Amino acid sequence: MPVNETLSQYSDLSYTTAVAVYVLSMILLLVEQSFGAKGRIAAQRTRERARQLVGSGAPAEGASELPELTPPPVAEPPAPRGRAERFGRMGVALMVLGALLHLAALVLRGVATSRVPWGNMYEYIMAVCLIAVVTWLVVMRRSPVRHLTSFVLLPVVILMFIGGTMLYAVAAPVQPALQSYWLIIHVAAAIIASGVFLVPGVASIFYLIRARHDRDPAKFARFAPRLPETDVLDRIAYRTTVFAFPVFTFGVLCGAVWAEAAWGRFWGWDPKETVAFIAWVIYAAYLHSRATAGWRGSRAAWINVIGFSATVFNLFFVNLVTSGLHSYAGVS
Amino acid sequence: MTGTLAPPEPGRPYRDSGFRRVLAFARNTWRGLTSMRTALILLFLLALAALPGALLPQRILNPPKTEEYIAQHGWWGELLDRFQFFEVYGSVWFSAIYLLLMVSLVGCLVPRSADYLRSMRARPVLTPRNLARMPHHQRSVTDAGVDEVLTTARKRLRGWRVTEAEEDDGVRTISAERGYLRETGNLVFHFAMLGLIVAFALGKMFSYEGQVIVKANGAEFCNSGIYGYDSFNPGLRVDGTELNPFCIRVNGFDARFTPSGQPEHYEASIEYQSEADLETGAWRPYQLEVNSPLRTDGDRVYLLNHGFAPQFTVTYPDGTQRSKSIQWRPVDTQTYLSEGATKFDPPGVTDSEKRRQQQLAITGLFAPTAALQGKVLSSSSPELDDPGVAVDVLRGDLGIDSGRGQSIFEIDQSMVDNGRLVRIARENLEVGQSLTLDDGTQVRFDGVDRWVALQVSHDPTQGWVLGFAVAMMLGLAASLLVKRRRFWIRVTPAGSGDGPRRTVVEAGGLARTDQAGYGEEFSRMADELIRLRDTGARASDTADPGPRSPHEGKS
Ligand code: HEM
Repeated sequence: MPVNETLSQYSDLSYTTAVAVYVLSMILLLVEQSFGAKGRIAAQRTRERARQLVGSGAPAEGASELPELTPPPVAEPPAPRGRAERFGRMGVALMVLGALLHLAALVLRGVATSRVPWGNMYEYIMAVCLIAVVTWLVVMRRSPVRHLTSFVLLPVVILMFIGGTMLYAVAAPVQPALQSYWLIIHVAAAIIASGVFLVPGVASIFYLIRARHDRDPAKFARFAPRLPETDVLDRIAYRTTVFAFPVFTFGVLCGAVWAEAAWGRFWGWDPKETVAFIAWVIYAAYLHSRATAGWRGSRAAWINVIGFSATVFNLFFVNLVTSGLHSYAGVS
Repeated sequence: MTGTLAPPEPGRPYRDSGFRRVLAFARNTWRGLTSMRTALILLFLLALAALPGALLPQRILNPPKTEEYIAQHGWWGELLDRFQFFEVYGSVWFSAIYLLLMVSLVGCLVPRSADYLRSMRARPVLTPRNLARMPHHQRSVTDAGVDEVLTTARKRLRGWRVTEAEEDDGVRTISAERGYLRETGNLVFHFAMLGLIVAFALGKMFSYEGQVIVKANGAEFCNSGIYGYDSFNPGLRVDGTELNPFCIRVNGFDARFTPSGQPEHYEASIEYQSEADLETGAWRPYQLEVNSPLRTDGDRVYLLNHGFAPQFTVTYPDGTQRSKSIQWRPVDTQTYLSEGATKFDPPGVTDSEKRRQQQLAITGLFAPTAALQGKVLSSSSPELDDPGVAVDVLRGDLGIDSGRGQSIFEIDQSMVDNGRLVRIARENLEVGQSLTLDDGTQVRFDGVDRWVALQVSHDPTQGWVLGFAVAMMLGLAASLLVKRRRFWIRVTPAGSGDGPRRTVVEAGGLARTDQAGYGEEFSRMADELIRLRDTGARASDTADPGPRSPHEGKS
């Protein structure tokens, strides 16, 4: 199947523009986040709103079944929409625009090559980042965390920059081993899981900063007060992980089925398989830690961060440094 | 599990016997091993222990690279080898961790299954006195009657497990609970994982894998014993004597490439005879492709690789001819430039001493699409367009009788080094061209056959592994995504006698799972019950703590 050069060029253009728009959006959101006193008030406001939401949530699993008393409701003053907030809203609008361009880049790649657009590392990273952005947009609708957006966009922009410069691959068909509908299913599951996992990874880092500050207010004294309460961050991390983990499990399962058909065994401790196994066990440990006395909170957050590190390690180190059967990176 | 050890019987003096101490030790070990904290630590250890397998070369995957690594790293490599860092997944320490984890898992599952069975029979807990203390709460007054509210509630709570109760003064309550699937899923998940590990381990014992190169010119291969294979990796309980008999004949091989030389499609046309066909002699056709192995009687046959076997004909001075095509191995995975050694014994020579002076070897490079730069041969494409070879012809003792094993792809270099095997010609040939040696012997490059590398795999438990894995997957999804939640409603008749009939409806909700996000569902349900001819006197505790239930003071 020949590759449509024109479409592939449009895809590249769309990609570059999406990155630029993300950077712009990041700047606007950073302005909101750090806009002196007003920014802090905005953060304070979101935090109060957050407290109400959390207050009406459930007590943690394993806690006694006696319900906790809900905190006294806080009457919310009609918030004057400051300039900082306007910047924030513009930032989010730009982020949505960036996501649309990003999606266009991915779709155009797929049309140009007449296959699913995740056949090499460049495309894979592009798709993972798109999922991360979409996940964050969803999280933002549910929790008042807009002022943290630039910190989620930062890893996305870095990944896309690395993908677009060092790992860029010309649009081309894939090798015979990848010509299978399992490419669609297995890799799609891996992409969705990895993209969603980025969000709890970032949320857990904030959790650790915030928890450190709560224990010792001198630490991160300037930054941490702008963060939401630990339980908001914990909830974001948990909910996203709980969504991504079964998807990841499904992806590994499909990978095993595919490996059985392509390589003659369903599991062979190929480096990619091994690191996927490790990441899976770490996320299982994360879920267990939340049901283990003394391991909730900061330790769980650490485990989540380690889990995401394993995911990133799997993407970069295993594809680029070790040599295994998963050598489809398309990087030369 | 802790109830099995009875305390010392009363009346009998307590003796600190050895037996007792052993029992106590066993009990403490068991308790420690099956605690959640231990499971967590074991999970970490498992992740950590698996890591060297991704960072260091592994013998099961790549033996030559492993040996090279050890050689390069001197004592450090040997130390790592001693501690099984090159066979991580079969190592004592890796096995110990996962065995402990299995024990912990069993110890955890047994009591939890018992709890589970008990809780599956239990009725939902009675409605608490003070619903306002629940995380979710709504209260309102309606002019519908008590029975009317209850009927609607029963209808709305279909699918929930429900109990009803009556309190003093005609106050009625319903307690409801749902989401039991969560625990079911969790248990299914953990049990299925146990099953998966067991099936995996059994598979390791009874499986085998063999690789063989077969020429794609109608050559046959039969799965009759390990000697038919070029390499064979048996499981611990496989001795290679009782392989499923079947045969394969490879009739052709076809590869398509993009103009840039990237492979697009591989396909071997084969015929096969499964065990039943061996008697009738029938052959069944099959197109063997990457990603679509042949499956027959529990064995699978895979197309792993392909390559070329140049055919040479040697015409000796006396006119006798010998032809051979031996597989050469690809050295460049892009262009399929290949190397190899085709070896000939002189015909009609019975004296072994004499024979060993007259053996011939043709070694060198083969290119499917020849590209010459000066005299240096390379290949410009993996496509079989313009084959060419660059060969050295050597004569002398090939060392085949030396007792040392010999690679079919190489000549024994030590024979060259000690002068018993001498190069007598070097030339580039196209198909049909030949070269003449000093004694008049002619070597002609006739053409080329293709070969395919096949792998036969046998794993009797892999279907079980798949079944358990799917069960794990479903159990996991249920266990993570289903919410266990409770809903209570208390209906209190208020307003008496001749005044308008009024009923106080109070609803409370509690999610028993972490961060479940039950709020929306609760509000929807409570609204539906309360909107019932609502008179507007309504309170929900997020908007206004408002008037408490009339029963509050009673308890
Ligand atoms: C082979 C190692 C194990 C793995 C990979 C594993 C995996 C998991 C996973 C992925 C969950 C998430 C489901 C959920 O949160 O509901 C889970 C939950 C759970 N596991 Fe395990 N498990 C293992 C061993 C154990 C052991 C040994 C125990 C007992 C000590 C145990 C007890 C539990 C419990 C109580 C939950 C429910 C926790 C909760 O509801 O948050 N697991 N396990």
